[in-house]
Order: sequence, then structure tokens, then C-alpha cells
Amino acid sequence: MINKIVESVSQAVKEIHNGTTIMIGGFGEAGSPIELIHALIDNGAKNLTVVSNNTGSGHIGLAALIENKQVKKMICSFPRTANSKVFPELYRNGEIELELVPQGTLAERIRAGGSGIPAFFTPSSVNTPLAEGKESRIINGTENVLEYAIKADYSLVKCNKADRYGNLVYHATARNFGPIMCMASKVAIVQAKQIVELGELNPEEVITPGIFVKKVVEITNPSHESDLVAKQIKYPC
Amino acid sequence: MLDTKQIGWSREEMAQKVALDIPDGSYVNLGIGIPELVADFVPKDREVIYQTENGLLGMGKAPSKEMEDRELVNAGKKCISAISGASYFHHADSFAMIRGGHIDICVLGAMQVSREGDLANWSTGAEDAIPAVGGAMDLVAGVKRIFVITQHTTKKGLPKIINNCTFPLTGKNVVERIYTNLAIIEVKKDGLFIKELAPNVDFDFVQRHTQATLSQ
Repeated sequence: MINKIVESVSQAVKEIHNGTTIMIGGFGEAGSPIELIHALIDNGAKNLTVVSNNTGSGHIGLAALIENKQVKKMICSFPRTANSKVFPELYRNGEIELELVPQGTLAERIRAGGSGIPAFFTPSSVNTPLAEGKESRIINGTENVLEYAIKADYSLVKCNKADRYGNLVYHATARNFGPIMCMASKVAIVQAKQIVELGELNPEEVITPGIFVKKVVEITNPSHESDLVAKQIKYPC
Repeated sequence: MLDTKQIGWSREEMAQKVALDIPDGSYVNLGIGIPELVADFVPKDREVIYQTENGLLGMGKAPSKEMEDRELVNAGKKCISAISGASYFHHADSFAMIRGGHIDICVLGAMQVSREGDLANWSTGAEDAIPAVGGAMDLVAGVKRIFVITQHTTKKGLPKIINNCTFPLTGKNVVERIYTNLAIIEVKKDGLFIKELAPNVDFDFVQRHTQATLSQ
């Protein structure tokens, strides 16, 4: 029997250990799996490489994971937002590494990682500092840079509904990096607002097929990052 | 130097100038800042579909406070709505639309634009700055037409339209047209051409506030 449902977030992230690469979904707070990230803070794994579009805000979620000194390197496209104080400070002090990647290149590197494509050529970033030192090639008269796929040991993703096979549907723009991060990680760990019976998700409308998902945990009322930031909540408290 | 911000077109008038140049049936991506205003001025008889690169085709207006959904946001992370006929997609598909040449027009802000249409809009290159790029490099690499909307000069009155960008580039040779508070400028192979001057602004005034040579 296949049953990917786990009972708690702590159980879901239990096996994550020091030195692993973790993809974390979300674009700002939309799709950010806060409960799973907090469970990872409780787990305490260190020296992590984290792939995520942003670096979190306030002192909760991804920002709290960084503040707790669990992250040695961030791979992202936009490491500052309105309320992000944690990453900028550590970065200026040289306490965290940054690999800055154009957003579309980041997405494609993740998709490639999940699709058995080791690298690809793209015109994005040609003639900019982000292309420096990278192999380039003229293809059909246009210059392109070589970008390598990104794979991860784990991904932490938030979705709207899931079933015990790991089929997922998302909500609005919270989908963002979820589907491709599930594909590119060995163990995709997903928090779902609702776990439904097999057959309740219309196969025509499943966004992430269950083969890409290893664990699903139900979080019925997930926190909103902006609420926690507004209340100046810190994690761990 | 003179901050020219108070002279010529307002932000809204600049946005309106861009909006009038967006043909019926276009798929358009709007950058953060003044570009966001463009959608308010597209003539009612034109159907234009807005893409936001975080994963929505068919972006509608900001909802009322009680209708806000914090998982329905634009690239600037502001709450928006989805129009009837909208679609959601993941990031790799979103940037396939962008890089793959499926988006007709992108309207972006700028720190600097060169006489050859090079764009710098992501970093001043300052040593203590936290570098952040987002989707700008993918947009200029893949979208068919790049329009820039910007104040003509910096807050200190320095020209933003210059011979060669001094800030790190977003893309080389990518800008087609520049809409400033003083003029609309076309980037062509043989230089920069003024297409339209703002009211009460003459060519010499615009040239004085532009490092690159302009033609009429």
C-alpha cells in the first residue's frame, strides 16, 4: 500500500540532516511552507544550502531558519524584500554565501534538475555580470550562457489539496515554484491545507502527479507570514 | 543640476502614453513601480492580457481589502485579482512564456539606458548593496518589445539616458522605446530619436538633460 501521509511536521522533516540541499517553495509569502520551515528549525540541521526565490521576512519562516544560522548558502533571485533584515545583515558580515540567479534561470535550472537535463543554454544574463565566467555559445546567431541544473536532497512545499498518493493541487499564485521543486528533489515534503480521499482530485486537474512527492502532512490553518511579521512574532519564540 | 521630475508629464500621463501604444490583443508584462500604472489607462475598447511572472495570465485590479487573498499576488507581492479567463501556472512555465517570446510587450523601470538601448535596472553596483535581480534579465532576453518608463533624470538631476551605462547591465541592446516625463524617445540603429515632446518642453531642454546625443 502506498501512503505518503505523515502525522506531523516534525515527523515529516525528521530525516533532514546537516549539509543537505533543500528547496523551499514560495514567492514572498505566497506558497511559503512556514510550518515545515519551523519544524526544520526545531530539527536543527545545519550547513544547509537553500534554494528559494527570496530570503523571507521578519523573524519567522525562512528568515528565522537563516537567523538560526542553519543556512550556509542561499541560491535565489531576489534576496531582499520589504521586511527582510536577517539575510542582508548576515550577508554584509560575510556569514552567509549567496548565489544570485535570474528568476527564470532559477526556475529552469530547477525544472532541468527534475527532468534529467544536466545543463542548458539560455540567452538570459548574457552581457551582464551574472554571465561572467560562464561558458557561452552562439546558437542561431545569438549568444547564450551555459547554466547547470539544480537538484536537491529535499524540498519543502505548500499546496492546497493532496491525496495519499501525493497528487497535488495548489491555490492561485502560491503554486509558483512548488511543482518544479517537487520534481527536482529526492524527497519532496509537502504541507497541504487538506488531505482528500483518492479519487477526489480530478485527474485532469492534478498539477503535481504523486510520483514527484514522498511525504504529505495536513496543516489545516497555515499561518500567514505577513500576520506573523505584523505581530512581530519570532521563531523560535 | 536640476531635478526635472516636476517638469513635463506626470507619472500618470507617462503611463497613459505607454498605454496608448499597446495594441488590442497584446500579452503584456508590467514591471514594478510606474509600469504598474499602465493598466489603468489602456483604452476600454482594447482587450489586453497582463502576465505576472510569479504565475498568472489575466491579472486584474487590486481587490477591496476584504476580498484580498494573500496567495494571489503580483510580482511586487501586492494583492491582485484574476480576471475571468485567467490561468495559473508554475514558474518554469511562466518564464517559458517570457523567454520563449510569447509575451508581446514588457514595460520596465530603469536606472540607466544607453544610446544603444542597453538597460541597467537591477543594481547600482555599490559594494554594500545586496544584489537582487528577479526576472528582469529573462524579460529583456525574451519579450518581443521592451518599453522603458522612467523619470528623465535622477533625483540629483543627473541624466539617466547616457552614452554607456555605468551600472551593471540587465541586458544589452534591448530597449525599443523610452517614455520619460520630458519626451518619448525611440532607440534606433543610428541613435536616439525624439518621437514626442512633453508640453512646454523643447528639444534643447531635453538634450541638456540627456548625456547621449538625441535627434529630432
